[in-house]
Amino acid sequence: MSILKGSEVVKRGMALMQKGGVIMDVVNAEQAKIAEAAGAVAVMALERVPSDIRVAGGVARMADPRIVEEVMNAVSIPVMAKARIGHIVEARVLESMGVDFIDESEVLTPADEEFHLLKSQYTVPFVCGCRDLGEAARRIGEGAAMLRTKGEPGTGNIVEAVRHMRKVNAQVRAVVAMNEDELMTEAKNLGAPFEVLLAIKQEGRLPVVNFAAGGVATPADAALMMELGADGVFVGSGIFKAENPEKFARAIVQATTHYQDYALISEVSKEIGVPIKGIDIRQLVPSERMQERGW
Amino acid sequence: MVMNIGVLALQGAVTEHVRAIQSCGANAILVKSSNDLAQVDGLLLPGGESTAMRRLIDYAQLLPALQEFSMEKPVFGTCAGLILLASEIENETPHIGKMRITARRNAFGRQVESFEVPLSIRGVKEDFSAVFIRAPKIVSVHEDVEVLATFEGDIVCARDRHFIACSFHPELTNDLSLMQYFLAMCREKAEEQVAQ
Repeated sequence: MSILKGSEVVKRGMALMQKGGVIMDVVNAEQAKIAEAAGAVAVMALERVPSDIRVAGGVARMADPRIVEEVMNAVSIPVMAKARIGHIVEARVLESMGVDFIDESEVLTPADEEFHLLKSQYTVPFVCGCRDLGEAARRIGEGAAMLRTKGEPGTGNIVEAVRHMRKVNAQVRAVVAMNEDELMTEAKNLGAPFEVLLAIKQEGRLPVVNFAAGGVATPADAALMMELGADGVFVGSGIFKAENPEKFARAIVQATTHYQDYALISEVSKEIGVPIKGIDIRQLVPSERMQERGW
Repeated sequence: MVMNIGVLALQGAVTEHVRAIQSCGANAILVKSSNDLAQVDGLLLPGGESTAMRRLIDYAQLLPALQEFSMEKPVFGTCAGLILLASEIENETPHIGKMRITARRNAFGRQVESFEVPLSIRGVKEDFSAVFIRAPKIVSVHEDVEVLATFEGDIVCARDRHFIACSFHPELTNDLSLMQYFLAMCREKAEEQVAQ
């Protein structure tokens, strides 16, 4: 009897189990417990939420392993953690600690400005950000088991996540509608691996799940992303930078599941307090835009 | 008779089960509220995160309806669904709690320990491709419960009257044999109820 660990089925399957759920950024055990109690499907353990990373400046790195460990000990739901783009050792360290998923994330300062991790070589599954199908397909080609829109992290502004989700899905629909003899040129134009486009054409959809991330601030934002075809939602700064994190977390979880039940969304949005303030994307200079990181 | 099979659609691998049900020639119905339960002959509890699903069940005030449904109609729990069905869970209070098994959550370790393995399932298939993801196991069963599969001595699939549960994810493969087994259970139960 042969046992297979870290296979594509096992890694992509793990991401499938998160579907319809909300993954919340947390910086300590207390926040992790709040997230779990509210119904999060996983937590992302990190040192600072993206909006604080913006304020702090400097180089943003993998979280202190003590924080990751503290979160892992606090909850029974899966724990994810972020590694810098291309930082082989941060990723291996997180894998050795037993985190359930690694986010090779543009929220942190990239360690390599040319190459992403070869994620197929790891036992642990990876999630990566994307703005279009070219990025999405390159990350899948490298072995990502899950995608998320990049959006614009830490802004509390949904506009970039909407742009990225619509773009990826429109490009997926275009590939599905193409003849097979048109795929190689499309691969060239997108900078996408041919095999990934072929898989999309054959299956009629992306071969991995695609969550929304980067700017989700309210229950209605989460529901909007589900309406646009997201498989689930990451909420970074949106929960613990809100006035009442417990209520916000519960409301976003419900709005994600029942995203077309508008009476329910209205009900859960009442008296949950003030969301994260938010930033107009046009006020960010290009060097402050995290979505430009990654290649 | 075409069966109507519900899939609890609060969170998790819902569409994968829907596809499997449709491939077997049955109707799949998404269950998000107690009204949705009225029209189904059997219910599938999908894989996902059991803690999150329980919260969503509570938010939707769905637990009494699920428990009532389970008194009469067949239910198939996969992975997180197994936890929801179990009458006892180690270090945790039960949820629907109608299948007479004791479950242990995350019994095989964290995600890096997740695996796939060919498994022999009694009365279903000799070499079923079983995918275990942060899977639970069944640590003990009531004496009338039929053990359908074990892995390295641990129970990973069992049937108790009109309940069936497995630790692994049949929806992640193209193998429909376990789904067909469940549909046969649903058909049997429906015919029994018609005869009464």
